[in-house]
This record gives sequence, structure tokens and C-alpha cells, in this order.
Amino acid sequence: MHVALVAFLANSSLIKMSGLDIAIVVIYFAAVLVIGWYLKGRTSTGEDFFLAGREMTAWVAGLSFLAANLGALELMGWAASAYEYGILATHWYWIGAIPAMIFLALVMMPFYYISRTHSVPGYLHLRYGEPTRALGAICFGFMTVLMSGINMFAMAVVMKVVLGWNLHFSIWVSSITVAIYVALGGLTSAIFNEVLQFFLIWLGALVIPILGLKEAGGWSGLKARIIANVTHGATYLHMWSTLGSFRDNPMGISWFGIVFGLGFVISFGYWTTDFLVVQRVITAKDLRSAQMAPIIGAFFKMAVPLIVIMPGLIGLGVLSHNGHGIHLVSAATAKPGQYTYNDVLPLLLVRYAGPGLLGLGVTALIAGFMSGMAGNVSAFATVWTYDIYRPLIRPLFRPEAQPAAAGASAGAGSARTSAVSAHDGDEVAAASSEDKHYLKMGRWSTIVGVLISIGTAYIAMHFSSIMDYVQALFSFFVAPLFGTIVLGMLWKRATPAGGFWGLLTGTLSSIGMFLWVKFQPSALSIIALSHYAKPMAQDMYQALWSWCICVAVTILVSYATAPLPEARLQGLVYGCTEMPSQEGLRWYQKPFFWGMLAIVLLVILNIMFW
Amino acid sequence: MSEKQPLPIWFFIGLLLLLYGILILIAGIVQIAHPPATVLARLHPTFWGGVVLTVLGGSYVWIFRPRRS
Repeated sequence: MHVALVAFLANSSLIKMSGLDIAIVVIYFAAVLVIGWYLKGRTSTGEDFFLAGREMTAWVAGLSFLAANLGALELMGWAASAYEYGILATHWYWIGAIPAMIFLALVMMPFYYISRTHSVPGYLHLRYGEPTRALGAICFGFMTVLMSGINMFAMAVVMKVVLGWNLHFSIWVSSITVAIYVALGGLTSAIFNEVLQFFLIWLGALVIPILGLKEAGGWSGLKARIIANVTHGATYLHMWSTLGSFRDNPMGISWFGIVFGLGFVISFGYWTTDFLVVQRVITAKDLRSAQMAPIIGAFFKMAVPLIVIMPGLIGLGVLSHNGHGIHLVSAATAKPGQYTYNDVLPLLLVRYAGPGLLGLGVTALIAGFMSGMAGNVSAFATVWTYDIYRPLIRPLFRPEAQPAAAGASAGAGSARTSAVSAHDGDEVAAASSEDKHYLKMGRWSTIVGVLISIGTAYIAMHFSSIMDYVQALFSFFVAPLFGTIVLGMLWKRATPAGGFWGLLTGTLSSIGMFLWVKFQPSALSIIALSHYAKPMAQDMYQALWSWCICVAVTILVSYATAPLPEARLQGLVYGCTEMPSQEGLRWYQKPFFWGMLAIVLLVILNIMFW
Repeated sequence: MSEKQPLPIWFFIGLLLLLYGILILIAGIVQIAHPPATVLARLHPTFWGGVVLTVLGGSYVWIFRPRRS
């Protein structure tokens, strides 16, 4: 059965690559390995490996911040969603990202940066103590490798269907390449490669919107074709005017879910607390660069629909016309030989790109997969080494290592360690030895993380439903974590017990809602407030309620427990932290100006596509 | 980090884009005489894509090339 399936997929690959296309892909693999090898000699301390030496410019950190999120599943998945739901999918790039990125830059980044934390669980430790850090770190580490493996499997399936590549070949070649370049050069290597991948993704994918719009007769021509081709086609072309009711739009969602579920809880949870993306900006060389990085990312994020959503719309307009051509269907209802929504991007690539450009387009997809995987693996290595191994496992075997490690964990690894121990030669040697140990642990945990991901990919291969569960599990944690962290940063009265119980009950309540709908589908109408709500609406409302529960429990428990002294909150909480002055900066150098400009542009774009 | 500054990432990006640009430009020139069976091949997208990549890559290589200081 399995062999027959492989043979079928190999024969039915969408893209036939020429020798030049294959050469372009091979050159890409060689380039990322060369970058990793080049950076190996420059990674000699824990801070180099886990935090890229904290010397990235705003542009490098900003593009890496965006590229870590811009995986190929994202490219193909959202192109498919745009084909299925129309321009509504753009909400995930605009209101579902931009306000949160600006909030991260202007409100939260000062606390991440001034506290000199090495990770998001590291901030939980500084603000709420060890139990909350342990809960956050273990959940994040577990979910990250699972997500990485499942994405790896999804990538292999796409490569098989699109290119006819063997599943095992795709999994092992891409994952070993990522393991090598991240293990060699650490986060610097991951970030450098993500910036490279950012360029390749854009340049490889741009051919579709340019030629697609040309073929369709521009934006007005494309709209006319969609209205002619699709039943209720006009509803596929508006972002807000159809959101008054669950029944009036293809997604089955209302403006309330989009604004508060997606635009507030899910978006803020992901962009401000998911360490996969936050890690990229805390590597910036100074606070202003760390604040500018997400803002630079926000401007590019607003443009991403051009290469992601536009292909889906072009697919609606040009793949079939006047009842002729290719009509895509959902994967659940597809019969053998039928194309699914997920095929829209590869189909358009084949339609417009000849040898050479086709290789560049395929390289863009591979680069997208690898940037996402490298992001997961480098974040996992940091959280495992600093937030799980060092505080929870290492002391069991070497209790004497705890003081040096604790000194380092309060700040930022080797920089703080070297300052503390500068007066004592023995302590310097001990700290250096500890740092080398953690550097070695970081390299090994990168490799082990990739191997666990490969294992997960093979599990997913046999249990396809695991993909749905793990994606859901990841979302369970993000919304409550945002509640815990935002209260920790903005409310002095939040206590360690409040933070821990809020995070725990928020996460458990989200899991509870998911299981309730799973076993009693009618519960969706209660959680999402409408009989017409579709599964897409479930995520929005589940996140919203779990965030509310987390915040409510944190507030109640905090008032019932003793507050922390203000001296203990310096550098961690608004009102207890002295912000660095920006008086020397001109108006156009201030992050606030650029943040507000991004918001104004966001409003204009939403009005244009109302 | 070691004291010597690493080459900027923009230089690596420039090198790769320049290499891709040259390869795709050559393919584009060939495709002017023998166009592929793609939609809008008459616009020579491979040729123009090669030109853009070569100019962009070449510019990055030139601007961010290693220099003695």
C-alpha cells in the first residue's frame, strides 16, 4: 500500500525540474552549509551560540524575525486559504500581526531587553520564579520539537507531491542540513541563513503575482474574473464588509472573533511571547535596534500577502475561466488525480516559471521550510539548555555548579558571569568551564532536537491526526502565556503564585474547551457564540476565553497573596523600570514614529480592501 | 565573539544572488530563442529575472565587499 502510494505520488509530481533548476537547489544547500562553517570559528561562548553575541543590527534581526515565521507551509497553506476563503485570509497578516509586532516593539521589548533575559521562560523566572519558568519552558520545549517534526513531515509530503521526491530523502537531507549549520554556528548561523532565506523566498515567489496580475488584466481584471468564476465571488474580495454576520462570508466568522480573538489574543500571544520569534529580536545590539527590528518586520509583513494571498486569488481568477480549466477542491473531498487547494502555489509556479525561475521558486519553498525548522531548533536548544537543563537537571549531578549558573541565569549568561567573577581567578576559570559546558550542551541539544523532530515526523506519518492535536496543543499555551507575561510587565501587583496558577488554569481551560468540542461538536456554538460558527472560529474564541481565564485567575490569586517588593521588580515591570532616554534621537530615528507610521499604513490598507 | 568582525550577511546574499542571476540570465537568453511552454513566455520572465538578480546581487557584493581598514 505504502509503496503503491509512493509510486503514485512520484509519478504525479506537479513540477518537472531541469538540470539548471536542480543546480540552483544544490547551490542553495551548499551556501547554507558554507555560512554555518564560516561562522563556527566565531562561536566560542554561550552568548555567541544562544544569543548571537547580542550584536545583530535592527535590519538583520528584523528580517530574521519575519523569516523564522515565513515557512513554506505558511506560503503554501495561506495561498490555499486565500483560494478557499478569498481575501479574508489577509487578516492573518495585517490585523493578526501588525498591532502585536508594534506592541512588542514599543511596550514589551524594553522589559525583555533591559532584564537581559536570554529567553521568554527566562523572563518568567525573573518575574514569577522557578515554577512558572519550569512550566513555560517544558511546554515550549516539548511543543517546539513536536511542531518542528510535524512541519518536517508536511514538508516531505509537499516535496513528494510537488517534486516527486522520496519522503525519507526530503526529511533526512533537509533536517541534517539544518542540524549542521545551527550546531556549527548557533543562533548567528540560523539568523544569517534566515535573512538569506528571506531574500530567496521573496525573489522566488514574486514571479507569480507579477505575471498572474498581468494575465488577469491587473487588479480590476482579477476581481472581475473572480466574480465571474466563483459563486458569491464578491464576498471573496472584501476584508471587513462581510464580517457583520457569521453567514455572510466564506470563513464563517464575525468581526468580533477577528478583532478580539485573532487581532488581540492569538496575534499578541504569538508575536510577543513565542520564543521562536522573540529570540530573533533580543539578539539586537542595543535597545533601539531591538525595538526597530519588529517594526521593520511589520512593514515587510504587510507586504507578504502579495506573495501569499495574491497567488490564491490569482488561482481563483486564472486557473479556471468560464467553466473551463482546473478547479481545486479541499483535501478531504479530493478524488485521485484531483488537485487540492494546497496545490495552487505550485500550479501557478509551473504555469509561469520556465527553467531557472522554476528552480528559484522551488528553492524559495525549501528555504521557507528550512528557516522555520532552524527557528524551532535554535529556540529549543536555548530553552532546553538555559531553562530546563541548567536549573532542573544539572544541579542533580553537580550541585556545586548551581551558584555560577544561578548568577548567569539572573542576567544574560557569560556577560554577567564574567563581570561577577572578575575578581577571582578560580571563579573565572569555573565560570568559563561552565560556559563551555553549556555551549557543548547547546550544540548537542541542537542535534538531539533535530533527531527528536525526525522521530516526530515519522510518528506523524503513521498518525495523521496527530498534526491537528499538536497544532492545537501549541495554541493552547500561547494565549494564556500572553496573559501571564503582559500582566507581569504592566502590573506590579502580580505575584509569583498568581502568575503560575493563571498560566496553568488558562492552559488547562483551553485544552478543556478543545476536548469539549471534540467530543460534543455542538459545544462549538456555545464557545464561538453562534450556530453558524465554523472550526476556524473555534481557535479565535478558545484563545479569547483562555486568555480571560488566565488574567482573571492571575488577578484573583495575586490579590490573595503577598506582593513582591518593588526593588525585586526593577527592570521587569512598568513603573519600576527606568527607561533609557531617547532624547538624543531625532524624530525620524525614534521607534515610536515608525511604529505609528506602520499603524497608519495598516489602517489605510484595510480601508482600501474594506 | 572573536575580535575580527565577520563578513556581513549582505555580502553572502549578494554572492548567491549574483551566481543565481548569471545562471538564470544565461537560461533567459537561451529561452528567447527557445521559449518554454509557460504562460506569458513572450515577456521573457527568465531573462528579466536574471537581470534583476544579477544587478541586485552585484550591487550587494560591491557595496559590502571585504575591505582593508
